[in-house]
Amino acid sequence: MIITSAIGTFGRYCMFVKRVFSLPDRWGVFFRRTIAEMSKLGVDSIPLVMIISVFIGAVIAIQMQLNIASPLIPAYSVGLATRDIVLLEFSNSILCLILAGKVGSNIASEIGTMRVTEQIDALEIMGVNSANFLVLPKIVAFVLFMPVLGALCIGTSMVGGYSVAVFTDLITVSRFVYGLQAFFQEWYVWYGLIKSLVFAFIIASTSSFFGYYVKGGALQVGKASTDGVVCSSIFILLFDVILTKLLLQ
Amino acid sequence: MIEVKDVVKAFDGRTVLHGIDATFYTGKTNLIIGQSGSGKTVLMKSLVGLLRPDKGQILFDGRNLLSMNTEEVKNLRKEIGMLFQGSALFDSETVLGNVMFPLVMFTDMSKEEMTERALFCLERVNLKGAENKYPAEISGGMQKRVAIARAIALNPKYLFCDEPNSGLDPKTSILIDELLSDITHEYNITTVINTHDMNSVLGIGENIIFINKGHREWVGDMSKIYNTTNEALNDFVFATRLFQEVREYVAEHGTIQQRK
Repeated sequence: MIITSAIGTFGRYCMFVKRVFSLPDRWGVFFRRTIAEMSKLGVDSIPLVMIISVFIGAVIAIQMQLNIASPLIPAYSVGLATRDIVLLEFSNSILCLILAGKVGSNIASEIGTMRVTEQIDALEIMGVNSANFLVLPKIVAFVLFMPVLGALCIGTSMVGGYSVAVFTDLITVSRFVYGLQAFFQEWYVWYGLIKSLVFAFIIASTSSFFGYYVKGGALQVGKASTDGVVCSSIFILLFDVILTKLLLQ
Repeated sequence: MIEVKDVVKAFDGRTVLHGIDATFYTGKTNLIIGQSGSGKTVLMKSLVGLLRPDKGQILFDGRNLLSMNTEEVKNLRKEIGMLFQGSALFDSETVLGNVMFPLVMFTDMSKEEMTERALFCLERVNLKGAENKYPAEISGGMQKRVAIARAIALNPKYLFCDEPNSGLDPKTSILIDELLSDITHEYNITTVINTHDMNSVLGIGENIIFINKGHREWVGDMSKIYNTTNEALNDFVFATRLFQEVREYVAEHGTIQQRK
């Protein structure tokens, strides 16, 4: 029963994505909406990303120092491990899990409210492809802006780790900075970028899907918002495993 | 003119519309009336293509909605304006933005032309001066008028109104009714209004279709409704003391003075 329902929902999701990825009726309107969504979904997320990143960067640096303190392991390893953890996992998977909560619930509740207040029906009756009109700008905007958020996350996390070196006596600044630069692998940046793009698509499309098919009132909009966040998070973790296996091995 | 022929619609095995036949005339205010749960909203949604009937035909001036391809439906929808029960205005747009929306999406007008047309529509519904307000900043009656202005922006051939008076006080309801009636006659539109407001029925009902338990029970105009022998329609229309007295007055004096 659950499997049948899950397959049915996935089928509806595929049909929904097909409707979303059709050519916009008006390119000018599409570009204007995409810019507006970039501001709403991307630029408005910058403070959250920076606050979380600076603290997580600091915490990673402290935990690395406390857990790998050994005469056999060079001190610069703290900087190196902080950098690699941020590049490989935090700036994409964990960041997107956090953004699934903020951006995902925003998208699902906005579209869900439009559905229950008949605004989507109004678009359909006018002859507008509502899925394309409402959702495509969100997906495009969020996917395009995700690398900016990822880069900000990486930079701010490094600052967080660096501040540990500056303000505590756990590690010297020079060793931490040396660790940040040591054995750098460019592919890790690309790996993180690819993952974050996929996750951004998952967040925007899944949350939109749950919002778009809401039936009922405020209670159901709230449930759709929760379902959107939960489903996005599960798919992010699932694709994290798949992409790690494909890209790193 | 819109013709509905033998339309059947069922949900999960429960038939909601049982072979409905109806005609909605051009230049007239056509009312669909019935109790809650009678199937009138399903009929309205079927007419505008939000629901697909299981059987039957819906002919817009001879063009069958149910046999149209996606492109034909899209083109037909450009000829349709709709006023929703809750107005369905776009929260993120100003009043002017809402009225301009169909013009932006479906015309090649310049911005000045679109603004001019939108302001004309707003003036037509007596809302000049409210163009820069957001839907949340105006009253329910004003929202309905903005929705009417948006619905007529593209000069539609067909105008559908789903319970246009719900949530409005009696005086504002009369204003909305009169506005819809005036627009229908002025632009020669086929207007279909879904309502259970008796003031509308007795005030602007030029062609009334009564739906009861999914069946079309009665067709007529507002003058015939006072003398109907249909028991279900009698129970529905003259349920309140006020309308019972109106009927008694009509029976005694033969007529009732119209609003205008």
